[in-house]
Amino acid sequence: MTAAQVLNRIPLEDYAPLLGKPEIDEMRALARPLRRKAVQMVNSTAVGGGVAEILNRLIPLAEELEIDIHWDVMKGGADFFEVTKTFHNALHGGTYATRAEDFVIFREYNRRNFEMVRHDAEFTIIHDPQPAGLIEARREKAGHWIWRCHIDLSRPNSAVWGFLAPYISQYDGAIFSSPEFSRQLAVPQYLFHPSIDPLSEKNRELDDEFIASVLARFSIDSRRPILTQISRFDRLKDPVGVIRAYRIVKRYFDCQLVLAGGSASDDPEGAIVLDEVRREADADPDVRILELPAWAPLEVNALQRASTIVIQKSLREGFGLTVTEALWKGKPVVASAVGGIPTQVIHKHTGLLAHSVEGTAYQIRYLLSHPEIARKLGEQGHEHVKENFLITQNLKNYLVLMLSLSRAN
Amino acid sequence: MTNAVQAVGTPFSFFTMAYLTRIGNQCARTLTEFLKGLEECSDASIFHHTFQTLGSHHFLTEGFSNDFAQWVLASANRDELAERLAALDIRDYLSIAELRTDLRRVMTAYCAQYPNYAAQEALEPFYFCEGVEVTEPLGLIAHNLLEFRDGINQLSHASFYFHFISSRLRLHLRTNDFSVWLENSLGLETLANKVNRIDVYTNTLDSARASLVRLIELEDEKA
Repeated sequence: MTAAQVLNRIPLEDYAPLLGKPEIDEMRALARPLRRKAVQMVNSTAVGGGVAEILNRLIPLAEELEIDIHWDVMKGGADFFEVTKTFHNALHGGTYATRAEDFVIFREYNRRNFEMVRHDAEFTIIHDPQPAGLIEARREKAGHWIWRCHIDLSRPNSAVWGFLAPYISQYDGAIFSSPEFSRQLAVPQYLFHPSIDPLSEKNRELDDEFIASVLARFSIDSRRPILTQISRFDRLKDPVGVIRAYRIVKRYFDCQLVLAGGSASDDPEGAIVLDEVRREADADPDVRILELPAWAPLEVNALQRASTIVIQKSLREGFGLTVTEALWKGKPVVASAVGGIPTQVIHKHTGLLAHSVEGTAYQIRYLLSHPEIARKLGEQGHEHVKENFLITQNLKNYLVLMLSLSRAN
Repeated sequence: MTNAVQAVGTPFSFFTMAYLTRIGNQCARTLTEFLKGLEECSDASIFHHTFQTLGSHHFLTEGFSNDFAQWVLASANRDELAERLAALDIRDYLSIAELRTDLRRVMTAYCAQYPNYAAQEALEPFYFCEGVEVTEPLGLIAHNLLEFRDGINQLSHASFYFHFISSRLRLHLRTNDFSVWLENSLGLETLANKVNRIDVYTNTLDSARASLVRLIELEDEKA
């Protein structure tokens, strides 16, 4: 394993104007008994991917709280990462043809990384399946070992999960992003919702001039209502259903639809879905289909902030961080009641839920007819994210977990 | 300076409480299964889905009461039952056992009255979770009314909630830490009663705190 270098450091105090000083003081009070305690976080990549992004933000904040935290990245060859990618897809419910050598490769690379385990750490937090086997390097129940699972385990391939479960059962606990993703395990399971960073490029405040320039660049009219869905071009996000809902709304309101997602150039299935979306749009000049390079965070931020209503009409969803982002920006959201969305969109409180194309269209029409209700939903949605789904809450969860484990002894 | 602004008893120590959500092994897909879950889940689970959830959704002031009522409304689509569950006011309960009894009573009556609805599958399952709690002193102490006001202004939502709402389970009294201290240490019984009457269902935690601070300042002006 190698020690990872944190790319961006944002001081904890920078969050005070957003959260309030008492919330920051509280975090310092919770961290006080954990000062100078050694913590090791291990994952499989230092850059790219959601876990590295989270750790890049979390580690410096924990350091500021005087926790002796180390982030290490396990080393693996191409053969190892090929196996773990196959495992990842299988754990998400994909097909998997069992190959005994896959399990040998997994065990071997985990064993090669044993020497990097910091045996002086009081808390060891292992992220995702790739380094899960490091638990076997633990010396006689020393410290507290937690497995943090960031993936959807609701329908795992039985062979792969059957291989991993004996490792997980050796930990002192496991963390999942949703109760639906948890498994029947003998160890305690905790819920840490995914979170967003309010100071990241995708979520920070933008000036009106920049937002106007993004709208102009994409030929979007700021004077008419803008309905937006931000998601990759994937059938599970139902972009075709979004266009159908827009068509119903269009009979009553002169609105525009923006469908923005990552480029489909390196994703064969994404390219097929994008074709379907373009066919469904049928060259409607009020439908903008945007392929954004590497998710262009500032552009996504601007599109969300410029939207009148944000839609997330997924047919299946993990947590739906695009919903979190929209709520944080105070936008009224109309979304499907699937996966983690109802946790965020509390129907009639922080947004509106729908179950069909017609229902989605109706809720959008309702909000366009009642802007004062849309505004209130947006305000309450913002508060909901502030209270429950920010990176600072994620850090607080780790503090509480470590405190409760150390006090249980 | 009168007793209202002078310390006469023990000082008030401010604490904070933070929760971790632990996922239980129970989940319900129908109202019948939900009733069974209510009967079998831990006290910590009932607390998590009622007291704790009111704290984490403190910014909602219209119609949100607890996770049980919200699931019945949004996933089981039974408005009338949701209203009955939402009407249970956590301030009426001094123990989780009493609250569980009333939750079960409401559910049992509804399932008996509408057996067809009781067997219908909800859109999304309900997962029973529970809170793992840690408390920590904030190092903030008040000896008199003005220090007390200043302390309250420095509290996080969780800390305010700990002293003002969830304290009744700890105290086993229909009151809160603030009112107890105002009455017992400063002898301000009238103020203590006014503070206890601040409605947590129609206020956000911020507006409840503002009301409390206003009451303290009025008391201080009188002194």
